Amino acid sequence: VKFDQPAGQNPIDQLKVIGHPVDRIDGALKTTGTATYAYEQSAVAPNAAYGYILPAGIAKGRIASIDLTRANDAPGVLTIITHENAGKIDKGNFYVARALAGPDVDHYHQAVAVVVAETFEQARAAANLIRLEYVRAPGVYDLAAQKDTAPAPTRGGFGPPPENRVGDFEAAFASAPVKVDQTYTTPDQTHAMMEPHAAIAVWEGDTLTCYTSVQMMNWSARDLARTLGINRSNVRVVAPYVGGGFGGKTTILADAVMASLAARAVGRPVKVALQRAMMMNNTSHRPATIQRIRLAATPDGTLTAIGHESWSGNMAGGGPEASTIPTRLLYASPNRMTRLRLATLDLPEGSSMRAPGETPGMMALEIAMDEMAEKLGLDPVEFRILNDTQIVPGTATRPPSTDPQSTANTQPDGPGQPFSIRQFVKCLRTGADTFGWNGRNPKPGQTRQGQWLIGHGVASAIRGGPVMPCAARVRLSQQGVVTVETDMTDIGTGSYTIIAQTAAEMMGVALEKVVVRLGDSSFPVSPGAAGQWGAASVTAAVYAACMTLREAVAKSVGVTGADVTFAEGHVEAGGRRVPLADAATPSELVAEERMEYGDLARRFAMHTFGAHFVEVAVHAFTGETRVRRWVAVCAAGRILNPKLARSQVMGGITMGIGGALTEELAVDKRAGFFVNHDLAGYEVPVHADIPRMEIIFLDEVDPYVSPLKAKGVGELGICGAAAAVANAIYNATGIRVREYPITIDKLIDQLST
Amino acid sequence: MVLEPSMRDETNDTSPELTTDEAALLEQMPTLTGVGQTRRQFLGQTIAGSLGVFALDLIAQQDALAALPPSADAVFAQQALAQEMLKLTLDINGTARALEIDPRVVLLDALRERLQLTGTKKGCDQGQCGACTVLVDGKRVLSCLTLAASVEGRQVTTIEGLANGEQLHPMQAAFIKHDGFQCGYCTSGQICSAVGMLAEARRGDVSHVTADVGAAAPELTDHEIRERMSGNICRCGAYPGIVAAIQEVHSGKQAARTWQFAEPAQLARVRKEDRDAAV
Repeated sequence: VKFDQPAGQNPIDQLKVIGHPVDRIDGALKTTGTATYAYEQSAVAPNAAYGYILPAGIAKGRIASIDLTRANDAPGVLTIITHENAGKIDKGNFYVARALAGPDVDHYHQAVAVVVAETFEQARAAANLIRLEYVRAPGVYDLAAQKDTAPAPTRGGFGPPPENRVGDFEAAFASAPVKVDQTYTTPDQTHAMMEPHAAIAVWEGDTLTCYTSVQMMNWSARDLARTLGINRSNVRVVAPYVGGGFGGKTTILADAVMASLAARAVGRPVKVALQRAMMMNNTSHRPATIQRIRLAATPDGTLTAIGHESWSGNMAGGGPEASTIPTRLLYASPNRMTRLRLATLDLPEGSSMRAPGETPGMMALEIAMDEMAEKLGLDPVEFRILNDTQIVPGTATRPPSTDPQSTANTQPDGPGQPFSIRQFVKCLRTGADTFGWNGRNPKPGQTRQGQWLIGHGVASAIRGGPVMPCAARVRLSQQGVVTVETDMTDIGTGSYTIIAQTAAEMMGVALEKVVVRLGDSSFPVSPGAAGQWGAASVTAAVYAACMTLREAVAKSVGVTGADVTFAEGHVEAGGRRVPLADAATPSELVAEERMEYGDLARRFAMHTFGAHFVEVAVHAFTGETRVRRWVAVCAAGRILNPKLARSQVMGGITMGIGGALTEELAVDKRAGFFVNHDLAGYEVPVHADIPRMEIIFLDEVDPYVSPLKAKGVGELGICGAAAAVANAIYNATGIRVREYPITIDKLIDQLST
Repeated sequence: MVLEPSMRDETNDTSPELTTDEAALLEQMPTLTGVGQTRRQFLGQTIAGSLGVFALDLIAQQDALAALPPSADAVFAQQALAQEMLKLTLDINGTARALEIDPRVVLLDALRERLQLTGTKKGCDQGQCGACTVLVDGKRVLSCLTLAASVEGRQVTTIEGLANGEQLHPMQAAFIKHDGFQCGYCTSGQICSAVGMLAEARRGDVSHVTADVGAAAPELTDHEIRERMSGNICRCGAYPGIVAAIQEVHSGKQAARTWQFAEPAQLARVRKEDRDAAV
């Protein structure tokens, strides 16, 4: 099925189930502890042995020798796998880092060995008996030191090409009457999802089944097969419940590879979990950035030049953090320049973390906008509204290519690429109205309550709202139960629930009559939970499969015509009303479809928009920042389930608050690793850090996206959230901090008591 | 070493669980008579509140020790000892469960790997995240820092033991209603912690943010709930839903809905300057 025309009226628009704030259908399982995560699939592998990974203790160098003598003799040990006996191991298509070190060590805490024993305690104890000798090699760990020599990357990371020019940025900036030219830094961040990476591997002959915690089933099966050098058709990956991902579980990691190697070696299932303390250095992270932003404006507040350069680092073969993505789209300006630079570092791999590109980019851009508004003497909300654009900047005419070295993409001639829908200004205005923005004192450092300085900040939010090809299968049983199968995952996103709502709406059955089965690579292929595309993509596939199932039902019961309706568990047409279950007699009906897309996404830019309004209190003596109040307004197409969408947005904002105030992987620039590699040292927000939040959705539909007219919201909330806090801190204190996170030490010297 | 936050007895006697330093501190504390709780309870709370720091110190010590080249003989001696199996009977959710285990097994792994009670989650295995929280004699305990052998003779309640048959515990139902979770991995710990925390509040235990430590029973504001639940991390960021769920179970107060579609009146106010396109 191909979606190549804007959606018209369709059965979803009944909104009997879609759009309602129904509870999660997996709620009872998750609140009673009966949802089974990767390491908990003991029913399929009751005799599993335990694998325990020994991680590398150096960042770069070579393993000179491995002495397994004592470890092999330790009680319960079945085998120990290292590079010396693992055989050939390849890599998957997504992550760059190798799962197993040896003889070279590529990054700190790269797996060196997996010890397999009868019990977890035995494997752990034996791992401590392995004696390793390393030869260290000098490494490069300091992004700032590499900045001036970092070259342009060959690809743009999770975004468009690494350079982009419109008009003549340099000339426009040089001659502008009002300018901002500042440099901002964002630190390395870690996903810190609650469920550690874990896997159980089960071999039956040449066939491998791996129960593991991943976001993309299809990529995981592909990458596990490639890594092990076996046929893709011999690999099945299963992940019905995933304890958070945030981009850190995009595909398989060392746990799955080590479990698979170990299980093959010992001839029985093996389970492996990454220890929490090795997750930060063993797996991927959001890379640190240095960003220079230059804004130029006329005194009336019209932006005339926008320049955004971003430097990040990665291991060889890795991509850049594409911080400049939002800068190309958010504000109008005739002259623009964005540029990425990528240093090669010997730190662990940088990769996708919730809204890669937009998150760090907006952390910088939205402070710069606040700085410019203040220079202009304009209200920061009004300044943003003044520079809204209804076409993608730079698409109206072909940009002149003055630089022969430039890798800038060329845009077509024409009136410019419109957004499918862009209610960004309405987000700002609705938020300002709800928050009471008019009561804010624009002069910083003026509002005091006892020992607390009070400040208010605003920031915009933008995040792509893409849709990807996706397949789903629906079954109608003789009991009238509709079962949906797709390899989409639910990593906390609410996929189970919105898929059930879609099927219930389409087939005219109660939510209780829908069963959803996810997270199995043997099911029809989905794009997985990532990139904020999951919700839109999978519901469109379920829609397509249900349309086919409806035809099969009508044919089966012999009703025809345009007026066939599906409601209350019945199919009705021409005065005939038949229970849906009757259509599945004598055997169940099955329909499977893959939804694909035409050129709408090329004709229209599809994005989600929002605005954050926040009140902070900064302690006048200690510099402690408390977030006290939050209003966010989101425009993201049809909201499939406002209760769950609200949780997604709040979750993004919460991670944004962490990014603003506490989250930073501290780099040991001599030894080359992240020092604070556990949940005590890497401070994610806790209950006491997070206030009540008000989340407002614009009642919007976007017919250019899919038949559901819906876009995802999982990554919109984090975009701009940290900058809103930073701007509020400035308003409270008059101190402009451009280096995240905004910790006490960056404020306390400048607090005037 | 006992790493649970609560005290076993509620007398003012110093207990063998306290180190010499702790006992001396306890003696130096002013007597808090008639202020709603014994000083032992207060100390228990204080220790519970500082467990993160406490655990951090422990881990720092462990890291420092791990950095030293271990005496292989010492490790072997430990190994040999570890193969002595312990026979235990644990009271889990009201059922006697017989176990023969390695003495190194912590309660968390006993539940998950030996008893197939996988509702209790391993989030960090080092006392930093709260996902493994269970109730021992009704009090919150981090099962990853509790040796299984140390809870023999005590009542262990896990997430699997809260519901009454098909009837969910009110806290479980409230978590669903308020969407107090997303991925679900911290949820068992959050719910067990919430149940234990409400019992602490009923008992009159104060917290770091209690304004009036003399009150017989501190008012359990949202602020108090957030403080007392801060040992349970939720990376999905479901905190407002969790607080609403706990508050509703505690006080019966319905939390105000925290999402909405923009109201027509609201939009009318902002429409006058609206430049947005609507397709």
